[in-house]
Amino acid sequence: MIKVEEKLFQNRYRVDADLPHIRVKDNTVCNDLCSTQQCTVCCPAGCWTFEAGKIGLMTDGCLECGACRVVCDEFKNVDWNYPRGGYGILFKFG
Amino acid sequence: MSEKFDVIIVGAGPAGNSAAYTLAKAGLRVLQLERGEYPGSKNVQGAILYASSLERIIPDFRETAPLERHIIEQRLWMMDEKSFIGTHYRSDDFNSEPYNRYTIIRARFDKWFSEQVQAAGALVICEMTVRALLRNEQGRVIGVEVEREDGKIYADAVILADGVNSLVATQAGLRKDIQAGNVALAVKEMIFLPKETIESRFNLAGQSGVVIEMLGSITEGMVGTGFLYTNKDSLAIGVGGMLSDMKAQKTTPVELLERMKAHPSIAPLIAGGETREYAAHLIPEGGYKALPQIYGDGWLLVGDSAGFVNSVHREGSNLAMETGRLAAETLIDLLQAGKEPSAVNLARYKARLDESFVMKDMKKYQNIPETLHKRRQFINDYPPLLNGAAHKFFTVDGQDKRSKEKEIIASFVKRRSLFGLLGDAYHLWRATR
Repeated sequence: MIKVEEKLFQNRYRVDADLPHIRVKDNTVCNDLCSTQQCTVCCPAGCWTFEAGKIGLMTDGCLECGACRVVCDEFKNVDWNYPRGGYGILFKFG
Repeated sequence: MSEKFDVIIVGAGPAGNSAAYTLAKAGLRVLQLERGEYPGSKNVQGAILYASSLERIIPDFRETAPLERHIIEQRLWMMDEKSFIGTHYRSDDFNSEPYNRYTIIRARFDKWFSEQVQAAGALVICEMTVRALLRNEQGRVIGVEVEREDGKIYADAVILADGVNSLVATQAGLRKDIQAGNVALAVKEMIFLPKETIESRFNLAGQSGVVIEMLGSITEGMVGTGFLYTNKDSLAIGVGGMLSDMKAQKTTPVELLERMKAHPSIAPLIAGGETREYAAHLIPEGGYKALPQIYGDGWLLVGDSAGFVNSVHREGSNLAMETGRLAAETLIDLLQAGKEPSAVNLARYKARLDESFVMKDMKKYQNIPETLHKRRQFINDYPPLLNGAAHKFFTVDGQDKRSKEKEIIASFVKRRSLFGLLGDAYHLWRATR
């Protein structure tokens, strides 16, 4: 099975290294209260991980779809914004 | 920026571009803000362009727009794991100008559209994300705030064409946030192949093209669809499902796409191609019942920001262009007559929409999302039943045809029951009439 990283490798990004546009509001909510961590399933770019009982988020490969924000409807624990103008995914074809 | 504009438009997709173009052509002072590096760099679609809504705005668009292939054949496949049964409609009538539909590549098309907007006189600024709306003491929207120092820009009215997530409208409290049950998540790949290979695989000549819509096993129980569209020298392939369904299972979107690509009916069509981009996007599929308030004091919502998508007919960008144009025409009438863009006056936008195909189609299919959500059999049972029936019927093995027919009917009754079959027919009829 192909890894999502291999797909993202085809894409063009301008990463805003200092300013991730998505943040977890409160990690303990993801780690302790959430039972499904469906963000890790639904994110098409594999930005979210849940390993050793801890939520992880790397926004570099984000496709800016908004799915993680929308699926987190029980706890609303995703602080989701668009990247600064010109940053983030830059679709060549779209 | 101390200058004041007649209208500010947030976003440079089909809805925003169509609004900006119409307003600028009428001589209004228009500012359009786009967060991407160039218009189109944040936008994702299958993509099919239906000519009519664009034709009303730019009648001669065919002369300069970057179009891929005009579509002469529409296929609909109902799939199980190994097979598909479906319909193909191909007509040479679709092969004569003016063509009705085209495949397009959005990054190229949106860039072209924006060039027309700028030529019409609008000021378009890219790489600028709008963070908030400005309001006066009475609550009327009077401009936007961008991520700059002194980033307040004023206008008589603001059109929000900021797409499906519509953060600006949501954070301003103009609309509720989108719900997982009202949006689909789709993932898509662009696979490049030589033009000749595409033409021989899809039985095409010249600039003609084929589109395939698929449903059944490829969405693994989720309400959703897949697609495969032919461009000049690339194929757009994608699959999507309702986010509420995706939330309730454990297959990732990438796995869904990879399994679809490996389907024995699809794999030969894309074999040897080179993938050059992987994209994802939400599609507002809640339909009429999920539409928010679409106008208010000093503001209007157009396109995906409002949820204008006809999921049954796979139409969205044409609804975006239509709503963008109607919003613009509403504002032109008001501002040129010296009237305020108040909520009361902007109700004319809704009235225009009600008279157009946009609202009529949205209303016609208002029960579809609920019907499909409640009646999974349309996605889960019928595609394998139909494929099984075809397999049995077309296999010549010495069994007589009457007993084959009996077995096929029995397979339907066993899976759905007689009442179930009648009920399904009734509900499908009711939801689409």
